[in-house]
Amino acid sequence: MRIVVQDAPFDFGEEAERFAAGRSDVGAIVTFSGIVRGDGDLDVMEIEHYPGMTEKALEQIAGEAKERWSLGDVLVIHRYGPLRPGEKIMMVATAAPHRKDAFEAAEYLMDYLKSRAPFWKKERAGEDASWVAAKDEDEAALDRW
Amino acid sequence: MDVLYFAWVRERIGIPKERIETEAATVSELVDELRSREARYAAAFADLSALRVAVDQELSDFDATLSGAREVAFFPPMTGG
Repeated sequence: MRIVVQDAPFDFGEEAERFAAGRSDVGAIVTFSGIVRGDGDLDVMEIEHYPGMTEKALEQIAGEAKERWSLGDVLVIHRYGPLRPGEKIMMVATAAPHRKDAFEAAEYLMDYLKSRAPFWKKERAGEDASWVAAKDEDEAALDRW
Repeated sequence: MDVLYFAWVRERIGIPKERIETEAATVSELVDELRSREARYAAAFADLSALRVAVDQELSDFDATLSGAREVAFFPPMTGG
């Protein structure tokens, strides 16, 4: 299990390749990456987080996924700081013997880190700045687990 | 104890962190104490349904006890991913 919280960009292809390299214990790898969507005239998405708690929360979420599904490994990378449209915000990767576990665990990780990991997004467009509000549907998404 | 603020709570109060000497037994009592300090605190804590709290870096709730707590953080609902 690897959890990384950083301001620097990451290389999605390289991370996915490294995660998959040399594995013969699993038969499925799922990767997901979230990128900054250039809605309207968005210039910058600023991501704030709670150093210390962020890492703990991600470890806890990944640990729960490992208990729930048969997983060979889990990777979570999440960035903070100012990001421009098109930049990658985060990625998760799951490795499992079979694809169902890998897909479900990846969705679980995404659902939980959306509303249970201490990150906050602020959008800047020209002179305007506003905090992104949490959506009810993101909270509701946790009910299915 | 250390009290931390994030996102718009930090902006409304005007500081990211402060050290507070308090006798508050629960998070709610701490909130009442902060509210009575100044208007900027009262504004930040006006609607608790818009806020989340973590005690010692674990998500918690407003009834939670503060005995032995070293760090309390207030912030809006999280928007990761």
